[in-house]
Amino acid sequence: MQLWACIVLPQLALDAVLRRVPDANAPLALIAGSAQQRCLHMLNTAAQHAGLRVGMRLTAAHALLPDFAMVEYDPQAQAHWQNFLAAWAYRHSSLVSAQWPGCIVMEMRASFRLLGPWAEIEARLRAELDALGFSHRIALAPTPRAALVLAGVRDGWALLQVDALAEQLDRVPVRQACLPDNVGERLQRMGIRDLRTLRALPRDSLRRRFGLPLLVHLDHLYGQIDDPLSYYTPPDHFDSRIDLGCEVKNHTALLFPLRRLIVDLCTYLSIRDGGVQRFLLRLEHDEGHTDMDVGLLAAERESALLFELTRQRLERVKISRPVLAVRLIARELPPFVPAARDLFEGRAQQSLPWPQLRERLRARLGDDAVYRVSPADDPRPERAWRRVDGDELRIGAAPARPPRPLWLLAQPEPLRDREPRIISGPERLESGWWDGEDVRRDYYVLETTQGQRVWAFVAAGERSGWMVHGWFA
Amino acid sequence: MTAIAIDTLLAARTLWHAGRSAVRIADGEPTGYAALDNLLPQRGWPRRALTELLLPADGVGELALLMPTLARLTQAGGTVAVIAPPYLPYAPAWQRAGVDLAALEIIKAAPADALWAFEQCLRSGACVAVLGWPQQADASALRRLQVAADSGDCLGFALRDSKHAANPSAAALRMEYAGNPRGGAWHVRKCRGGPAPAQSFAVVA
Repeated sequence: MQLWACIVLPQLALDAVLRRVPDANAPLALIAGSAQQRCLHMLNTAAQHAGLRVGMRLTAAHALLPDFAMVEYDPQAQAHWQNFLAAWAYRHSSLVSAQWPGCIVMEMRASFRLLGPWAEIEARLRAELDALGFSHRIALAPTPRAALVLAGVRDGWALLQVDALAEQLDRVPVRQACLPDNVGERLQRMGIRDLRTLRALPRDSLRRRFGLPLLVHLDHLYGQIDDPLSYYTPPDHFDSRIDLGCEVKNHTALLFPLRRLIVDLCTYLSIRDGGVQRFLLRLEHDEGHTDMDVGLLAAERESALLFELTRQRLERVKISRPVLAVRLIARELPPFVPAARDLFEGRAQQSLPWPQLRERLRARLGDDAVYRVSPADDPRPERAWRRVDGDELRIGAAPARPPRPLWLLAQPEPLRDREPRIISGPERLESGWWDGEDVRRDYYVLETTQGQRVWAFVAAGERSGWMVHGWFA
Repeated sequence: MTAIAIDTLLAARTLWHAGRSAVRIADGEPTGYAALDNLLPQRGWPRRALTELLLPADGVGELALLMPTLARLTQAGGTVAVIAPPYLPYAPAWQRAGVDLAALEIIKAAPADALWAFEQCLRSGACVAVLGWPQQADASALRRLQVAADSGDCLGFALRDSKHAANPSAAALRMEYAGNPRGGAWHVRKCRGGPAPAQSFAVVA
């Protein structure tokens, strides 16, 4: 049996605004309505004490109180903050829903073993919400809808027994039962005052008069049928933005917001137990933006490392126009696999792991600066090896061939020595007719008069015009 | 100024008796060539130090000298970094020489950045051995590399032109290749912890 907690946020939009104003005790009002009919949508306590009322016209409000802060009411911001609180609630429960406007519902019984009894959890929830600056009402009940209703009736109501649910709900006035389509008000006027009376009425006539949603709501409320909720899932990408508040033209001033973004990213990654392999740092200008792509070869989540290499890359970006905001977007968040370390590793404690060193080198020398080599199957020397980028661990064995030099020249060069001594050869390589890079050469191992061993070739059948292709170093 | 007991200096092998062979502590990294190990005071490459190889030209056998060491280190799982090599390390041949290519990292760098990359790799402690070609490095740059190799507990190999042989160097071991028509040989020019041996060493292919 599940137990649902409901956190009702009666003034979510207002709290979200109050969080960012310097003086929360000064009169403040949220304004809504069309340009001709501006009226007060929400008020803080100071504004209410000054005599302002919700729904009042703006002109009337100004007559009462000439000086109060006004903020445009933004329904989207409300949704944003509800989502923010859902993310916060996700730390306390794995089933969180922000489906209903103005409240958060979460399953709590599964969290009791981890977080302690309900009284402790409730105290913690209230303390954290107070710290975040959101006023709230909390109730606990066996069904999510009952928790919502109980939170509206009495703050702090906790109903742990399933058997008591029907009895307690029966006493709830219909106006407070969150009935759909304002049915509660109509029922109240008809003389049906509480849910007990309502439930005693024949279902068929109720359905005919008020529609099916009322019956479904009652069934969900009493837990007679299952209440399907759409659950909150944490976003699978990181996107955060810091407004600098002024025009920034040099790199140094960007480092502080950058560090905050990276630390936020790493906190997010550690919650997800993930890492980041590629992210975008966007410097927003007055018009347009400059993007800086940071790519790593392996997933990382060490904030110091990420900060250092982002800084190194940032310092190479030319800031031509003033920067107004910095945004960090990370969409690819692969699982993070910490490097396996030997328990009895003999190396020094302060040693830097190879992946970090590699990223440091790549940040300064370029993305393609660090690579490994692997043999390939093609007999042509230019194609008998290939670059390996990334963490590929398996490197296949080369096919058995006559001795090959340790150094290969990127471009064959003419041999300066006039009379080289032939040590072995020829080995004819004839291949590549299918890809247009046809090769027909006789390879010899030569020794120059200085004692260098050379891997050189001539056109098939010839004995002069030596081209050096490698050194047996 | 504090006096340091002569025993301490002798024990640290910063000082040794001329003409008397000091107590040899064989703590070097084996070179893979018994004859060369016998020549060197530490019976191998000096650990936590820079080794300088002076070459008349590229491709005289400098890699053959290092190959047994690199093969053993990479097979043991240690990372070996090759900084800005003058030619392409030819994968089939390195593999045939025993090097585990999964542990061999090639770093491409412009000459100006190569010294920085060399020092970073030495100092980091992430690599067991680092090969570099610092052509423009002066004495102070070599000292930096030597210190970096010491703090990173790393074998550093600096491959340089023979013309630098006359210049002072902070490397713990300096070896020069001298070629002659009958085949070249490696001469030890300087080695920490003992007088430079008179014999030379030739890699027999």
